[in-house]
Amino acid sequence: MKKMMLGNEAVARGLYEAGVTVVSAYPGTPSTEITEYAAKYNDIYCEWAPNEKVATEVAFGASLAGARSACAMKHVGLNVAADPLFTLSYTGVNGGMVICVADDPGMHSSQNEQDSRHYAIAAKIPMLEPADAKEAKDFAKLAYELSEKYDTPVLLRMCTRIAHAQCAVELCDREARENKPYEKNPAKFIMSPANAIRRHPFVEERLKALAEYAETAEVNFVDEGKENAMGIITSGTSYQYVKEVFGDRYPVLKLGMVNPLPTEKIKSFAAGVKRVVVVEELDPVIENACKALGISADGKNILPITGEFSQRIIAKAFGMSDKDFVTLDEPVPVRPPVMCAGCPHRGLFYSLSKHKITVLGDIGCYTLGSAAPLSAIDSVLCMGASVSGVHGFSKAMGGKWDGKTVAVIGDSTFMHSGMTGLCNIAYNGSNATVIIVDNSITGMTGHQQNPTTGYNIKGDPATKIDLEALCHALGIERVRVCDPYNLEETEKAIMEELAVDAPSVIISRRPCALLKYVKHKAPVTVDKEACKSCKKCMKIGCPAVVQRDGKAAIDTTLCTGCGVCVQLCPFGAMKGED
Amino acid sequence: MKTLDVMIVGVGGQGSLLASKLLGKIMAEEGFEVKVSEVHGMSQRGGSVVTYVRCGERVYSPIIDKGEADFIVSFEKLEAARYVSCLKVGGTVVTNSQQIDPMPVITGAAVYPTDILDKLQTKGVKIDAIDALSLALEAGSSKAVNLVLMGRLSNYFDIPTEKWMAAIEATVAPKFVEMNKKAFALGRDCR
Ligand SMILES: Cc1ncc(C[n+]2csc(CCOP(=O)(O)OP(=O)(O)O)c2C)c(N)n1
Repeated sequence: MKKMMLGNEAVARGLYEAGVTVVSAYPGTPSTEITEYAAKYNDIYCEWAPNEKVATEVAFGASLAGARSACAMKHVGLNVAADPLFTLSYTGVNGGMVICVADDPGMHSSQNEQDSRHYAIAAKIPMLEPADAKEAKDFAKLAYELSEKYDTPVLLRMCTRIAHAQCAVELCDREARENKPYEKNPAKFIMSPANAIRRHPFVEERLKALAEYAETAEVNFVDEGKENAMGIITSGTSYQYVKEVFGDRYPVLKLGMVNPLPTEKIKSFAAGVKRVVVVEELDPVIENACKALGISADGKNILPITGEFSQRIIAKAFGMSDKDFVTLDEPVPVRPPVMCAGCPHRGLFYSLSKHKITVLGDIGCYTLGSAAPLSAIDSVLCMGASVSGVHGFSKAMGGKWDGKTVAVIGDSTFMHSGMTGLCNIAYNGSNATVIIVDNSITGMTGHQQNPTTGYNIKGDPATKIDLEALCHALGIERVRVCDPYNLEETEKAIMEELAVDAPSVIISRRPCALLKYVKHKAPVTVDKEACKSCKKCMKIGCPAVVQRDGKAAIDTTLCTGCGVCVQLCPFGAMKGED
Repeated sequence: MKTLDVMIVGVGGQGSLLASKLLGKIMAEEGFEVKVSEVHGMSQRGGSVVTYVRCGERVYSPIIDKGEADFIVSFEKLEAARYVSCLKVGGTVVTNSQQIDPMPVITGAAVYPTDILDKLQTKGVKIDAIDALSLALEAGSSKAVNLVLMGRLSNYFDIPTEKWMAAIEATVAPKFVEMNKKAFALGRDCR
């Protein structure tokens, strides 16, 4: 039977068919749906871990116990999981273990464009890279065979255009599989220096064996071409663009395994064509490997190193002209993402921007507080960096800047990597104020549960981490809660905590307005007579508050009746339901 | 075999994913190889969103680029203008006539262009505009704009109504089936 499947859904299907029983992951676009789909199979235990390092180590533990296991993350998640990754390379596995990592060329939803193939090379771990959903499923299954045969974790590299593109996938049955027996094996699984010294040569030998496998692996294949004036070496989504542009005109070496590379195969392919071009998104990984083999390949000299490719970008690189098209003659205003109408983050950021507070921000829906008109954020680096950063900021500023700086971090992000920073604030004593925006969900990635929500990935009740108690336990005495829909209460909390010479936490608490159980109020109404067109209500950047004929108006299809705009109107022109 | 490239564009939250899923399913049943490409994540928060539905005997690239689309289905006028460069010469834009101001317009940093659809028409773009929001409300929810527009688009293909209705039943949650079918019919039959 065939089914239209997203690439990520196909990976999940591959895990299912391979007999995987344990999956742990932290959400991150474009990887999230791998775990969401895997969780639909009752034969697989699935969970949201608090971060990618935990997820990877959970998968390690399951592999140690003899199960086939997986973890999944976005490219930057692999940075967080890099510590277990590099040493997992040494221990190898018991049951097969696969690490799914999704890159985001073009940064549709990411803070950087790193190329995760470098991790495979640096950690000396094999990496497979599918070019569509069908391959995503097949490669996921192959990854388990390789993992167990070569005693290694295997990286499965996805990217946005594979993860979020659907095509027809043939479904197969689940492999019946028992856990491999568990036996204590300190020399393999205790990576003390003495043991690790003995494991490192094994890693090098394994890489050689894998390189040999790569030479004959079916996933590295040549599409014959009609002309040999040029030969193209490519992989993943770039393969699709190449085929779209050239069809079967030139031979194409398509690499399904991107680490280690099949050097002999590459050499003989190159020998059969007059010019070699490597078409790969992001960094020149395959290109550099070709050059190291003495092949003078074109690549980044004609193709961009930044952003994602398309058939048009490839065509242009080969000197082909554009297809005809029309455009509007005037500028089309951009439409950036915005905080939703009714978003609880809005009231908090309005209060911070009103008092010109310096905000070290973090990653989540609340990053949108950086956009105009709120423009309330000064920095965003990586998950958790707000909390650690505000400590460094206040240490560097000494007393001079006191009372003007806060960190803002989401509930999921706080559990991911904000806790350790808070512990540092308490331990190393700065009077920083940390605001946890607790909307009772992991919002940005599409509503995943997390340890503070009280539910697990299946939606069943789970232990709910008490944020107040946690902050107290991390050494913060001053912990208070405010409702961001209430501007007066929120401002009071911020100003009071900033005035105190002690570290503090404010939990700005209101569930995400998009959560199914959140009841919306009737839309706000505007008394056109009373409106004096002062535009105060426009300062919160709510998509439901617009101007029509010079007066404030409400888009009733969007308004949730949160009432934040009502509190801003000095003329009482806006009315909300009580 | 023919090929068919359709771009579905709109504002995050308007339901373009469901529309592309429905179209992909129908075209796969018609015997095409189909690729549907979506963007999840960040842009779904009220940003500009685009999905691609590509159909043919053999489809490679999951995306559509400049001058390639046979149809652009636009859930909002400005989005039609934003992506019109992806339309083939002679292609058709099926669009909702609704205006949704993006944040730079709301804050006064940019202006919403006037008479967008007329201007595109004078450039030779075939424009098929309907008030999909009103029809969606008539069907029972402002959220059904997506199905109204799919109904409108369906007029360009030789596929019987029953097939579309069956695909809707197979694609949407049971309690929304009737509303969505009504929205589809309103879009298909409106003049
Ligand atoms: C290391 C890393 N993992 C995952 C992500 C993807 N990601 C971005 S924001 C976010 C979660 C945000 O949730 P929360 O902190 O609760 O804020 P909300 O979006 O709900 O406001 C995730 C998982 C990332 N950017 N970096």
